[in-house]
Amino acid sequence: MKMTMRLTGSNRPIARLVLATTLLTTMLQITRASSAQAAASVDEFKAAYAVAEAANTQAGALRNQWTATASTLADAKKAADAGNFDAAVALSKEAEALAKASIFQGTSEKQAWKAQEIR
Amino acid sequence: MKVRSAISLASVALALAALTLAAAPPASAANAIDPAADARAFQKFFTTKFPKLKLEDFVNGPYSLNEDMHRQWVEKEEFPPYEFSLDMGKEMFAQPFKNGKSYADCFANGGIGIRQNYPYFDDKEGKVVTLELALNRCRQANGEAPFSYVKDEMAALTGYMAFTSRGKPFDIKIPNDPRALEAFETGKQYFYTRRGQLNFSCASCHVQNPGERIRAEILAPALGILNAMPIYRSEWGGMGTISRRFITCNVQTRGVPLDPQSDEYRDLEYYLSYVSNGLPISGPGARP
Repeated sequence: MKMTMRLTGSNRPIARLVLATTLLTTMLQITRASSAQAAASVDEFKAAYAVAEAANTQAGALRNQWTATASTLADAKKAADAGNFDAAVALSKEAEALAKASIFQGTSEKQAWKAQEIR
Repeated sequence: MKVRSAISLASVALALAALTLAAAPPASAANAIDPAADARAFQKFFTTKFPKLKLEDFVNGPYSLNEDMHRQWVEKEEFPPYEFSLDMGKEMFAQPFKNGKSYADCFANGGIGIRQNYPYFDDKEGKVVTLELALNRCRQANGEAPFSYVKDEMAALTGYMAFTSRGKPFDIKIPNDPRALEAFETGKQYFYTRRGQLNFSCASCHVQNPGERIRAEILAPALGILNAMPIYRSEWGGMGTISRRFITCNVQTRGVPLDPQSDEYRDLEYYLSYVSNGLPISGPGARP
């Protein structure tokens, strides 16, 4: 209570200075944190996108790519171009999951198709 | 005692092994490719599933499975939507190339009444040759640019050639050549393989669910499905070739389609045509 009194009452200029410094420091910390995060996300996006693209290429070798993978990869790139790296990474991971599912399908169907055959 | 037990155990094991070997068919017999048996089973499946339908009626697809649609179709056939394309195809077919030759020079019987023999297995190339492919090869051999496999010109040409074969039964041959048998088998595998994000195979719709609705459409049976090609589709607002049909099917299951006339599509056409042997050509057709 005393402290509050002192900051907001008799020592008003000091209180203002302390408040301004605190705000400035916080703002600087936020700016630094977000720029550090953006830099990390660019790399993270590049890595995630490369992994997804490689998985989709593997599905292509099985002649079993999905249109959803291609469109999700395109969306990831669009998000990265717009500077939204969080979304770009998330979309790249989604594309990777889709590509992996198509690889699984392509591999398992090499035998599984026989179950549907008319005999 | 121990020796006697071991001998008994070994005898039982040997007897079991002998029984297993005798019961299991040889691997080669189980995996033997037998197109004739496949075609018999295929046709039996559909004639059993739709006992009231005559074999030749399967070529009319959904129109043979639904009475209301059948009535609409009969009326539509009085002024069929593919008529303009048919006229265009007839004109194109007769039009000589710049070198003076024509399509008639590339085909047996001048290209008239031969649709039922396509696709065929070319033993020189070791691959299946479809009518669409043969038409483009004919153009290229005579110094003309190939047509798109999915657009109007190709549909018009194949439509006209199908029209000259109307009523003739599919007569697809599979020579006793391991490559031809392999092509048939690859086509069959493609037909039954689930693909795309929706995890559908061709058979999911056209074997397991013909006659049922998928959204507003009634699914056609796989038997006789290519006899009516090319088709005018209201959904497309125009004509479509077999290549277009395969590509659209793949896209509808959210799979990336292959290139038109890729080996797999050629083999698929070979398989589907062969199992419909004996059913009449009815193309060009119309579908909703």
